[in-house]
Amino acid sequence: MAETDEPEKKRRRVVELTEKMVVDGGNGSTCEWDGRWNHIKKFLERSGPFTHPDFEPSTESLQLMLETCKILVIGAGGLGCELLKDLALSGFRNLHVVDMDTIDISNLNRQFLFRSKDVGRPKADVAADFINSRIPGCRAVPHFKKIQDFDETFYRQFHIIVCGLDSIVARRWLNGVVLSLLVYEDGVLDPRSIIPVIDGGTEGFKGNARVILPGMTACIDCTLELYPPQINFPMCTIASMPRLPEHCVEFVRVLLWPKEKPFGDDVILDGDDPAHIQWVYQKSLERAAEFNITGVTYRLTQGVVKRIIPAVASTNAVIAAACATEVFKIATSAYTPLNNYMVFNDVDGLYTYTFEAERKENCSACSQIPLDLHFSSSSKLQEVLDYLTESASLQMKSPAVTATVEGKNKTLYLQSVASIEQRTRPNLSKTLKELGLTDGQELAVADVTTPQTMLFRLYFTS
Amino acid sequence: IMAATKASKEQKYDRQLRLWGDHGQEALENAHICLINATATGTEILKNLVLPGIGAFTIVDGHTVTGEDVGNKAHAATELLQELNSDVSGNFVEESPDKLLDNDPEFFHRFTIVIGVQLPESTCLRLGSVLWSASVPFLLCKTYGLVGYMRLVVQEHTVIESHPDNALEDLRLDQPFAEFQNHVKSYDLDSMDKKDHSHTPWIIIVAKYLEKWFSEHNCRLPKNYKEKEAFRQFIREGILKNENGVPEDEENFEEAIKNVNTALNLTKIPSTVEDLFNSEQCNSITSQSPSFWVMLRAVKEFVHNEGNGSLPVRGTIPDMIADSQKFINLQNVYREKALQDAAAVSKHVECLLQSVGKVCKNASFLRVVRCRSLAEEYSVDSVNKDEITSCMDNPDSEMVFYLMLRAVDRFYQQHSRYPGVYNYQVEEDISKLKLSVNSLLQEYILGVNFCHYVLGSAAQEAIKIISHQFVPFNNTFIYNAMSQTSATLQL
Repeated sequence: MAETDEPEKKRRRVVELTEKMVVDGGNGSTCEWDGRWNHIKKFLERSGPFTHPDFEPSTESLQLMLETCKILVIGAGGLGCELLKDLALSGFRNLHVVDMDTIDISNLNRQFLFRSKDVGRPKADVAADFINSRIPGCRAVPHFKKIQDFDETFYRQFHIIVCGLDSIVARRWLNGVVLSLLVYEDGVLDPRSIIPVIDGGTEGFKGNARVILPGMTACIDCTLELYPPQINFPMCTIASMPRLPEHCVEFVRVLLWPKEKPFGDDVILDGDDPAHIQWVYQKSLERAAEFNITGVTYRLTQGVVKRIIPAVASTNAVIAAACATEVFKIATSAYTPLNNYMVFNDVDGLYTYTFEAERKENCSACSQIPLDLHFSSSSKLQEVLDYLTESASLQMKSPAVTATVEGKNKTLYLQSVASIEQRTRPNLSKTLKELGLTDGQELAVADVTTPQTMLFRLYFTS
Repeated sequence: IMAATKASKEQKYDRQLRLWGDHGQEALENAHICLINATATGTEILKNLVLPGIGAFTIVDGHTVTGEDVGNKAHAATELLQELNSDVSGNFVEESPDKLLDNDPEFFHRFTIVIGVQLPESTCLRLGSVLWSASVPFLLCKTYGLVGYMRLVVQEHTVIESHPDNALEDLRLDQPFAEFQNHVKSYDLDSMDKKDHSHTPWIIIVAKYLEKWFSEHNCRLPKNYKEKEAFRQFIREGILKNENGVPEDEENFEEAIKNVNTALNLTKIPSTVEDLFNSEQCNSITSQSPSFWVMLRAVKEFVHNEGNGSLPVRGTIPDMIADSQKFINLQNVYREKALQDAAAVSKHVECLLQSVGKVCKNASFLRVVRCRSLAEEYSVDSVNKDEITSCMDNPDSEMVFYLMLRAVDRFYQQHSRYPGVYNYQVEEDISKLKLSVNSLLQEYILGVNFCHYVLGSAAQEAIKIISHQFVPFNNTFIYNAMSQTSATLQL
């Protein structure tokens, strides 16, 4: 509400403001200069018909946000760079950024915090340096790490988490962490344990932004069906019936490379090594010539090997802006947050669609309903694993299953450690009965898609 | 050094080259963009154009630095932007657009596109008129609080490569061309061994069964659900059975059955393309006609002659279960037909052979965007009253922001400042603003009972204009960051 000043008060106020307004450069000693936060102050000091019902405008809101709000930005790539810029310019000062990658030349068309001299350096470090040096007062802290390198004590310190990740597995993992931080007292969720997660994703000219309030709104796993499954070509096509140039490249990647080991016995194909890609390209051309297939190019080869997703600056700018707006809204309680999922597409004109993604009643991540497995006692363990990986609502990657059998904890199957994989492989073709499992028994399943072991109850159908 | 620069550019731009190709990139690198007003909004848009590698930009700005915009102004802006991408050259003109319009309006004719940010109404209209006559596309952007606004002003913008999502295939199964029919004849499903039978492309299978169906149904395609279901069953009966009469696992037949619905779609010319054929530009080709219209006319001639009422064949088929040889042979039948059709179109056009190929391949997806001029939008006689009133029936419509922004512009015209810049002005300005809204509404006799996001979008729309790929919006886009909703309006 505006002041209802009398003429003299008004005149003095005008002088005061005018003095504050005169600038050419800033106040060198503090990194504040008058007028710097005017744009943002206007939001917070005026209420209007669109502001949040609980919102009380005040200059204190701005100070609070600047000083105390701690934001975690996950990813310093296409979205991450834009997010850091948007958040820092909005006034957030306590930013942490996590990214496990180093800078590649193909990042430079959109990850604008990096220059060609930075190629090879950790993204998180360079991004934080750039932000801190260009935006006075900002204290961005970099972490050149995987998100899985931290446990819940790290994540608990943040008021809001905003993600610019490029993998669904990573999103699900983070989703699991914030869910594990929730505190329930007598079955009632303590709102102070909620850390809002704002998740953005882009691909070419498409993108989406969503707000997740763990325990309250739909989580990542609630909407797993929204993510299209990854395309993998059938093996028989690759091995004996190629039709597309992509089939030829996959043949070389999956079958020829392990056979010919062109760069040494233990050398794995590295999509970022031009020499490796050149070899794959040449061999793919030979393969294609055998079958009269046209269209194999170096660019296509690299695209298939690295599973490249096209990307431009503009889509990342749009989605990051949407996400940063939500961070601002939630941090200041100034406006009602997005409820809760927005999709964007600018292939034909500009299209946005906003909807409320619903919580899934039996969500494997957030519903707290124990999960049941129903199999016949004569089913093989492999069938159970197939269900865990193929079910649309679980979509696990390489589940490891343990169970208590005859009082002892037994690993039934684990893929990630070679020696254990070899030892437990015969179990896959044994029946559940043969493995000593009983009706109503608990199975513990670990997987990259979740930070905590998931418990299932096994029921025999026959 | 040339080769090294080219190679490193290919690497740097790799992710975007996969979207608009080398020719799209070339169009960008030949572009010279003008940005008017180096505000935070303007420089953010320009950043998203410099990063993908436009050839050059020129910032026009007559304002001096104020506290709110430190770090985003004029000269400093040009330097910062250039530093983002050394391939781009930047210039700066310290002059207001109004002065330039007074002294040298032809200054603006050199640009590929002009982007104006937070321009007052009078400047917009003056500049709009100059650019309209010079056929220079004009993109207006405004951000106001949590509302973003964009307006595209271009008389005619042609798009050959619109890159549609989920386009239907062009298989011509309802009217098979001679070469395809001959190819189908080379198959005898009844005498094939199991391996060949299971690896015959589904297109061939549908074609074969259609032939049989035609002979039993008086040359009529399956029309309704009942007939299509019968046709599917017909195909299903063709699946090989083992010695016990149990059907074998023939994925190609399953594919055929699954694709019956779309495969039987009638080949027809989309209405968007028919409208283009009927437009004046297509029918009065002169030596001044842009190549788009020349080629479109050639396609129209093809349709009425060699094409027998249909567009040139696109020439691509989707992947499907088949052995390599059968698939490649079938693919080649379509490819060769497409080349043949393109050659026929070429005969209707003397030159431009490269582009003709693209026009034929994209014939179903050609688009032209025509925006109303600003003069038409703002004039009392031609304002789009219907669009405004029908939107205002819905209380959540973004149209209210459009009216507000116009009212804000009107306010500026009257008071030479924007409303509510200082806190003490707010209350008084609210009533003044209401008057502006009312005056605006009264003037149009409407009787109606009143960002960063837009900036990324603005850059991409500019790229669409420059590259002539993908379809730009027409003609007003409003984004509401409060609700994260948006609307495209034609005003």
